[in-house]
Amino acid sequence: MKILVNGAWRDTSAVDLAAALHEMGYGEAVVATALNGEFVPAGSRPAARLADGDRIEVLAPMQGG
Amino acid sequence: MLQVYGIELRSRLFLGTSRYPSPAVLSEAVKASRAQVVTVSLRRESSGERAGQGFWSIIRELGVRVLPNTAGCHSVKEAVTTAQMAREVFGTSWIKLEVIGEDDTLQPDVFGLVEAARILAADGFEVFPYTTEDLVVADKLLAAGCRVLMPWGAPIGSGRGLNNLFGLKALRAHFPEVPLVIDAGIGVPSHAAQAMELGFDAVLINTAVAQAADPVRMAAAFAQAVEAGWDARLAGPMEPRDLAAPSTPVIGTAFLK
Repeated sequence: MKILVNGAWRDTSAVDLAAALHEMGYGEAVVATALNGEFVPAGSRPAARLADGDRIEVLAPMQGG
Repeated sequence: MLQVYGIELRSRLFLGTSRYPSPAVLSEAVKASRAQVVTVSLRRESSGERAGQGFWSIIRELGVRVLPNTAGCHSVKEAVTTAQMAREVFGTSWIKLEVIGEDDTLQPDVFGLVEAARILAADGFEVFPYTTEDLVVADKLLAAGCRVLMPWGAPIGSGRGLNNLFGLKALRAHFPEVPLVIDAGIGVPSHAAQAMELGFDAVLINTAVAQAADPVRMAAAFAQAVEAGWDARLAGPMEPRDLAAPSTPVIGTAFLK
């Protein structure tokens, strides 16, 4: 199925958000995630099932004012 | 000492971490500023570049407290979700809440700001709202649960100093017990000193330091200005007057005509 990750479409075989992050190589990176505009805490990623067309945001610390 | 949400801070200068020429200069500027609080943000991270991980390790090494922002958010939902994500990543319930309402001036959408502040405060966040000097909005933000206010001096990144002195003085006078941090628009150290002399509790600087020809030196200059302005406030400035008043005593002046 296709999912939209940080604005770019990609194919995935992952069934949940935790598996998708692993598949994409985020590993132990400090990131926060949102699925279809809703925050998904790190502990809830394995329970967040993915469906075709889902939008995922993966955010990390960045410079800010 | 300045106290915000139960935390005591020696430094009254908050520093932004954006737009520095290099990570090394950012790090040295933070040290030179003696700031104990720096602002940070969240952005999309690609699994390949991992730019955010490097930045985060630099900030952690500095041993400062972080104040994550919701910069770039134009709606209540975006701001609330970003705040939730920031709380997890940065491990703090502090959030500098920005809900932008107008792109040319980056003026806050104060209606969305109050609504987002209410949602976040109820969810346990300690909210630092980026607002205007409007008294009514300030009142509503306090009622929503904010214990600190961050009124703008001038539009973000403009360097124009304190645009509305009358409004800012009124805000200070109206809420004498609320920590007020001037956020945005400060261009040079004299602006920061002026804010402190007027009785504001702290200032948040970013572009004025980051975009200076020598950011590290400018960070140190701002640190001195903030301290000087705060000391001057405590010392009790004289009242200005329209006519001259001789500073040298006139009694006993020689008659030499």
